[in-house]
Amino acid sequence: MTTAEAGYDLVLVGTSWGGLAVLRALVTALPLSLCMAVVLVQHRHRDSDHLLRTLLQEGTDLPVDEIEDKMALEQGRIYVAPPNYHTLIEPGHFSLSTEAPVRHSRPSIDVTFHSAADSYGARTVGVVLTGANDDGSDGLRRIVERGGLALVQDPATAESPAMPAAAIRAVPKARVMPLLDLVNFVASLPAGTPAREGR
Amino acid sequence: MAVPVTKLAPDHGRGLGYETDLERIEIELLLEGVYRHYGFDFRSYAYASIRRRLLKRTEAEGLRNISELHARILHDTDAMELLLLDLSVNVTAMFRDPSFYREFRAQVIPLLRTYPFIRIWHAGCSTGEEVFSMAVLLEEEGLYDRTRIYATDINDMVLQRARQGIFPLDRMQEYTENYIRAGGTRSFSEYYTAKYDGALFAPTLSRNIVFSQHNLVTDRSFSEFHVIFCRNVLIYFDKALQNRVHRLFYDSLVMFGVMALGSKESLKFSQFESSYEKISATEKLYRKTH
Ligand SMILES: C[S@@+](CC[C@H](N)C(=O)[O-])C[C@H]1O[C@@H](n2cnc3c(N)ncnc32)[C@H](O)[C@@H]1O
Repeated sequence: MTTAEAGYDLVLVGTSWGGLAVLRALVTALPLSLCMAVVLVQHRHRDSDHLLRTLLQEGTDLPVDEIEDKMALEQGRIYVAPPNYHTLIEPGHFSLSTEAPVRHSRPSIDVTFHSAADSYGARTVGVVLTGANDDGSDGLRRIVERGGLALVQDPATAESPAMPAAAIRAVPKARVMPLLDLVNFVASLPAGTPAREGR
Repeated sequence: MAVPVTKLAPDHGRGLGYETDLERIEIELLLEGVYRHYGFDFRSYAYASIRRRLLKRTEAEGLRNISELHARILHDTDAMELLLLDLSVNVTAMFRDPSFYREFRAQVIPLLRTYPFIRIWHAGCSTGEEVFSMAVLLEEEGLYDRTRIYATDINDMVLQRARQGIFPLDRMQEYTENYIRAGGTRSFSEYYTAKYDGALFAPTLSRNIVFSQHNLVTDRSFSEFHVIFCRNVLIYFDKALQNRVHRLFYDSLVMFGVMALGSKESLKFSQFESSYEKISATEKLYRKTH
């Protein structure tokens, strides 16, 4: 086993409808030298347009993309899960699915977290932010089982505490922080494979 | 092929445990078994989603692991039918993505008016909602009488339902909203009659539709088309298989024929990007140019 624990390649962030302000704070704090890929999964209406991507792009010079099927996962980019699909993470790229909503949500945060844990294992960071249901808990547990890191917004500082509270119940060893600390913490995470030489 | 430095490498052997490796072996063996025994080739489907559905099926059958599921489906055709339903994700809707249909009216209908006879292929039509939506649209544009629609799917069970033209009544409100936003010019309720808890679509709507089984992975082209719809089907395939199926579509389209993909699918990640031109800034509509 090599030093997978040394760093992370993939940060996954889950929040429900209403999470725009926190997502905006997060992307604004990310350094331009970011060596990870950041994937944002927010519950939203099935016909919502590209507004979320546009609003987030206004907050950062890192490229923000709305995910399309088979799009490559690259370092230094921010990806937004599209509405009305589940986003699955395969080694090196995304796949989408129209399977039925999982507990009323499509995208489901759990589905994305699970597939990321299975593709990237210990190099995955799962983050659960403000939200009004318990999506994300199960996937966060999977990430931790696979050796990845779990971060949760302190429910006391969340607009809707239900989702972070559920995540803490499911993953007692998750690191719990107020939003600002959490954002800075993510920004300072060590990358797993900076300047990789071929494989 | 070299992997660009910036691409994230998969976690080969790092951090992932024994369980995942073993599971991959089990999954590959199961897909091989399904192919050799039943002829359905899922071996090049997108892995993460196949895996998810196999695990769900395993749980639903009350089994402990995928090897147990493998044994069951080889010996029990009913279990195989259920698995087939799961693997062929049949979720669909009428006028799904209303903006797509609006754009189709604006960009594609004028092209179709120039043909004396129009052949359309819906590949992966599922239970037929998309096909009936297009029949409605063509009827309203006055083109339906010179159109023949070929609607195919791998799964015979969904085709049987599609042929009936009955859709769940409790979704008609959603479909009516979609229809209006898709640019519908009549009253949506003209097209169906409520029957028990189903909405029965007028048989005249299906007069020019032929439903038949066709597997995009193993079957060949069967005609030349002016428009091919393949929406939310290729997302279940891996990249290599997507390219193979794009070759099939390319070969099945007339010159200047139109390829319509789902709203989060793209030719950008395929080998056929340069064979088509985009005919819409917002929707996944392409025209074969050479
Ligand atoms: C999610 S549905 C898409 C339905 C519709 N086109 C839409 O966008 O609403 C995917 C369909 O693809 C079909 N499918 C999957 N693999 C196939 C294959 N190899 N050949 C033909 N159809 C296939 C499935 O049976 C399923 O009905």
